[in-house]
Amino acid sequence: MMSISRRTAAAGVTLAAGAMLLTACTSSDGAETTSSSDGSAGGTKVELRVATFPPGADAAAYEAFATQEAQFEDANPDIDVIGVEYEWTGPTFAVQLAGGSLPDVFTVPFTDSKTLLENGQLMDVTDEIDALGYTDSFNPVILDGVTGADGHIYGFPRQAYAMGLHYNRDLFEQAGLDPDDPPATWDEVREAAKAITEATGKAGYAQMAINNTGGWQLTAQTVSRGGRTQVDDGDGTYTSTINNEGTKATLEFLHDLRWVDDSFGYKVDLDWGTINQEFAAGNVGMFTSGSDVYTALVRDFGMEAGDYGLTVMPLEGEDPGTLGGGDIAVVSPTVDDATKAAAIKWIDWYYMQKLMNEAAAVADAQALADAGQAVGTPVLPVLSRELYEESQTWIADYVNVPVDQMAPFTDRIWDQTPVGEPKGKTQEIYALLDPLVQAVLTDENADIDALLTQADADAQALLDQ
Amino acid sequence: MTTTSPAAPPERAARRRGTPATWLRSGGLSRLAFALPMILVFLVFSWTPIVRSVVMSFQETNLLTPATWVGIDNFVAVLNDPLLGTAVRNTLYFAALALVMGFPIPILMAVLMSEVRRGKGVYSALAYLPVVVPPVVAVLLWKVFYDASPSGVFNTVLGAVGISPQPWLQSPDTAMPSLVIEATWAAAGGSIIIYLAALLSVPPELYDAAEVDGASIWRKAWHVTLPQLRNVIFVMLILQILATAQIFLEPFLFTGGGPNNATVTVLLLIYRYAFQNSLGGNYGMATALSVMLAMFLAVLSWVYFRLTNRWSTS
Repeated sequence: MMSISRRTAAAGVTLAAGAMLLTACTSSDGAETTSSSDGSAGGTKVELRVATFPPGADAAAYEAFATQEAQFEDANPDIDVIGVEYEWTGPTFAVQLAGGSLPDVFTVPFTDSKTLLENGQLMDVTDEIDALGYTDSFNPVILDGVTGADGHIYGFPRQAYAMGLHYNRDLFEQAGLDPDDPPATWDEVREAAKAITEATGKAGYAQMAINNTGGWQLTAQTVSRGGRTQVDDGDGTYTSTINNEGTKATLEFLHDLRWVDDSFGYKVDLDWGTINQEFAAGNVGMFTSGSDVYTALVRDFGMEAGDYGLTVMPLEGEDPGTLGGGDIAVVSPTVDDATKAAAIKWIDWYYMQKLMNEAAAVADAQALADAGQAVGTPVLPVLSRELYEESQTWIADYVNVPVDQMAPFTDRIWDQTPVGEPKGKTQEIYALLDPLVQAVLTDENADIDALLTQADADAQALLDQ
Repeated sequence: MTTTSPAAPPERAARRRGTPATWLRSGGLSRLAFALPMILVFLVFSWTPIVRSVVMSFQETNLLTPATWVGIDNFVAVLNDPLLGTAVRNTLYFAALALVMGFPIPILMAVLMSEVRRGKGVYSALAYLPVVVPPVVAVLLWKVFYDASPSGVFNTVLGAVGISPQPWLQSPDTAMPSLVIEATWAAAGGSIIIYLAALLSVPPELYDAAEVDGASIWRKAWHVTLPQLRNVIFVMLILQILATAQIFLEPFLFTGGGPNNATVTVLLLIYRYAFQNSLGGNYGMATALSVMLAMFLAVLSWVYFRLTNRWSTS
């Protein structure tokens, strides 16, 4: 029989092992100050976890990031930058937010920034933006999106885009269409889609329809047809206007592509990632999305650069516009002062300097170009148009995207009126609109008027909550 | 096999009456130490979330700012959601299809396999293989097979026998049956193994007697096999009902609930409440519906076992 001392020893070992296991399961919060291995800067380094790329980005992207990380750490030896894979998607962001696993520096879309800052989920960076002298440089409309009711600023607008019509030049040529003269009206889009399907058997046109992206694109096309899905009453309330001619025309357009022309293809379950994948694989002739997806198409999905074409959204109806969007760089509200200071330095260095400083812009473009990453993807300025156009001349030598193939967009985008995304319950109403897009694509006899009436009532109920 | 429980050994009886000192001397501390990690893990990862969910169903919270008590508002909001009816109908439809397709097939397969004289192990391994494939991988593979174009895998096979291409996941009419087919394929292996094991316990003399009476293979299956498997079938049935009521993976990965909400199930609705809104979601409604589903399944299981217990002993 085992003696008590041996039993006690066994129990002690088991307890110790259990304690070690539990200790191993706990993680550091990433915002801690750690000892420096080289003893620089007084022997401590601030660990800063920053958002990098979506999962699946190629090795070259990480190579470029490593170069930039090394440059930043050389200039700031007291900061240890740790890149963290990050992609904003509705469900994962909510989980990361609730679980406290977001990096110290990350980006969020304009649509979420207002609600996040009102919920106290973003760090106040007013003093830091003032100290850097940026407050008066931002486009005031964009800055308003990150300004709270208290007048404080909660993030750095870093990138904006306008919606565009992306098309496959190779499929255009196969269909006998001129890729240098892309469709300029929705009727021309429909004709081109039909021609592509007849000539190639591929989907002439496709559209996102799930995970809130169906509602997003329905809203974008509504705006391009002069409609609006929501009116800001100016007193903190919103009125749903989903039942409008622009939205109806968009749904009829999709219905006719699918059921009259048979040019929509077979997939009605695409979202941002999968439509990029389908388009990059040459299975889709045209689709609408943000003007900045070239990088994802080529870097993440291996599209042939020569096949890519981009033009502006066709506009029609009264008061049409181009739905715009973008994102802001923000700091987690849970970090300590030292990490916050490091985060501001990183945001300024990584996101902002290249927008306004020639040396920084060139260094950034060079690092990206050396790693084979896209330089020169068309975006909209978060600062002034003049500064943006000037910055393009600084990096002209490094631009490696096919700018000629994007000329139909870059030449005409300044003539279009930018329109912001609806502010009230944006994502929830996008989710509510997904089934409308799916309905017209899966039911030949879908009653569009009834769908719009119901969606309008449901959206208003959401807005009234 | 004996079913009588052995008499408690004297040592155990003594331990029950023992003092802390005897408990310690008889290795109580070691037993506690070995059990402690499991107790802690169970407490932290099972019971805490369960209790927390019940509490949250009466709160409004975004998990970041302090929660506020809202009484039964979350339950009322769930019951007033027009999508709840759709989700319940879809879940019942899935359960019905799964019962029609997925319940008899494993029994049939097990009976047929038990009749095989040679290579039984090979058949068992083949039947069980889908269970070994990770569920997410299986769904993504089937998603490729379900490509709705004429060149899709299944549509090519159908085309070879003169059947026109099917929309599979891209139509509200065919999406749910498509999900059930994959779910049946994925789960049948486990059920077949259980039925096969149960078939081994059927006394061979019953078959011999039936054979002497001139029973065909189907009469043997109907009058001998199925009655002998009754208890296992009852347990498997309730397990299947519980599993189908909580179906999530297939609609989430295959269709996201579409097209046009045709595959939104109760669990997917719970997920949507919690996570569809990037700004924190409605965790109160999500947990309220979870609690309602758990209560419904608990009552269903209780009623089911009461009924089947009576049938089993009748």
